[in-house]
Amino acid sequence: MEPTELERIARQIRLRDLQAVYEAGAGHIGGEMSVIDILTALYFRVLRVWPDQPKHPERDRFVLSKGHTACALYVTLAKRGFIPEEEISTFLQPHSRLNGHPNNNKVPGVETNTGPLGHGLPVAVGMAKAAKLSGAKYHTYVITGDGEMQEGSNWEAIMAAAQFGLDNLTLVIDHNRFQQGAALADTNDLAPLRPKLEAFGWEVTEINGNAMSEVVPALEHRSSRPHCIVAHTNKGHGISFMQDRVDWHHKVPSKEQYDLAVAELSEAI
Amino acid sequence: MNAPVSTAKLHDCRDAFAATLEKLAENDETIVAVCNDSVGSSKLGGFKSKFPDRLVNVGIAEQNMVGVGAGLANGGRLAFVCGASPFLTGRALEQIKADISYSNANVKLVGISSGMAYGELGPTHHSIEDFAWTRALPNLPVIAPCDRIETAAAVEWAASYDGPCFLRLSRVGVPDLLPANHKFELGKANLLRDGSDVTLIANGTLTHRMMKAAEILAGQGISARVLNLATVRPIDEEAIIAAAHETGAIVTAEEHTIFGGLGSAVAEVIVEHAPIPMKRLGVPGVFAPTGSAEFLLDEFGMRPASIAEAAVTVIKRK
Ligand SMILES: Cc1ncc(C[n+]2csc(CCOP(=O)(O)OP(=O)(O)O)c2C)c(N)n1
Ligand SMILES: [Mg+2]
Repeated sequence: MEPTELERIARQIRLRDLQAVYEAGAGHIGGEMSVIDILTALYFRVLRVWPDQPKHPERDRFVLSKGHTACALYVTLAKRGFIPEEEISTFLQPHSRLNGHPNNNKVPGVETNTGPLGHGLPVAVGMAKAAKLSGAKYHTYVITGDGEMQEGSNWEAIMAAAQFGLDNLTLVIDHNRFQQGAALADTNDLAPLRPKLEAFGWEVTEINGNAMSEVVPALEHRSSRPHCIVAHTNKGHGISFMQDRVDWHHKVPSKEQYDLAVAELSEAI
Repeated sequence: MNAPVSTAKLHDCRDAFAATLEKLAENDETIVAVCNDSVGSSKLGGFKSKFPDRLVNVGIAEQNMVGVGAGLANGGRLAFVCGASPFLTGRALEQIKADISYSNANVKLVGISSGMAYGELGPTHHSIEDFAWTRALPNLPVIAPCDRIETAAAVEWAASYDGPCFLRLSRVGVPDLLPANHKFELGKANLLRDGSDVTLIANGTLTHRMMKAAEILAGQGISARVLNLATVRPIDEEAIIAAAHETGAIVTAEEHTIFGGLGSAVAEVIVEHAPIPMKRLGVPGVFAPTGSAEFLLDEFGMRPASIAEAAVTVIKRK
């Protein structure tokens, strides 16, 4: 699938995500808007997956470590055929399988449960290591938030991945420069990320993570070492009044804001 | 679907926590607040603007947060370490054990949004194991206040107490239950309502549901005693044994798994000192389905009417 087609799908996913958060009255819209281009590229171009066989042994593994942006994953999985698209309207409803963080026991396509930050990367290292042990050809992808990289568990996993020579592992850091309560720069600034990852033995690519033409080749790149994509993104990307505003980490739009956001996203389609 | 349990005005206990901490900090410059990118959810915004230098935000790094708290205590600071309870207690449990409880660091751990306060965010964000985890540690009082009055009193007590403790707070609104001049006493249950047929024991967000259940029981001619047991450890053995002897049946309810929490703590006392029929209500050892905290409490049999039914059943076993 070509970048322009992927961009069109990403916009549709943004719109559905916005609607779901608005209707549920909760969600993490800022980090969803920043990561949707990467999710779209993965599910509609890069990942070898079979929605009708979600446990296919040769499937590429994907872990959304920033599990608070589950709604974006649900919408993407639905669009790709893992779950019915109508089911998105049950997001956060009593007894829905679509709760605020993905549940692998209930939602096909989810590999492992995330929500507490700093869990996805160690599990992804295990998945990649398992492929090395068994000779399986699948590739493992994991997306973390940039604030999430403050968790020490990530750095333990980064060391392990280099030591194990995991050339079958790609880490994407959604570098939107904001965490829950403030900018990273005002909390615990990790930037620049590239030299830190390089010092730990990883190959690093820096891209505009909201530009499909840069996202796709970076995800398809194969390295002789574990590969980290530092994806420079905008929190709230695509909705002008949300972009780079920390309060949109988990704010819910009012009716007027919702209409405005729908108009902005629709214009782009 | 969920009729409100209480018609009284409900209060978020985090506000009482924050207001009390700010008041104490004005008179004690050694007080610092430590958090994990949780200024908003821990209601530390006011503290931050009044005492910007005394707000230590380590970022999203709970193990570091607890270790830093222990070091601050070593350096003579009175550290209130605040974060969402599932991550504070779950992620940093070994730091809590080794750096705080075993090292006897004068750190006040404040678990915010405990129980199922994060409702729809799901089991990763539910903190329904924290009584079990923290109660297993020596030298760590475990306290879950039932209203804003007890929250403020417990925070004042914690600041004056020389040693570590764990305060387990919620964000789910609760009505006022204790008198305005209430003084917190570690390890002392509060008799909120006397009765002779059964004793209902709870803390945190469940105490007011127990009061409602007692009213329902009164309507059926059953006299229920209600004990608010904020301190899960050290536990008020005397009040529990007296309740066993005087009422002959006990029902506990908690926003926690029934494995290892308040109900287990009460059962330990009962089994050793005064065996009587007892029922533990709580999360029955499962990961909760999607739903709000109030919805889930109702789902798990802690609607006041369901608590009353459980009481009737346990009374029949006498
Ligand atoms: C262990 C843990 N601590 C705290 C939280 C609460 N929390 C949820 S999202 C978030 C901020 C995440 O920021 P970032 O990783 O940058 O994500 P994004 O900007 O992509 O939303 C925090 C602190 C959590 N989910 N897990
Ligand atoms: Mg971020």
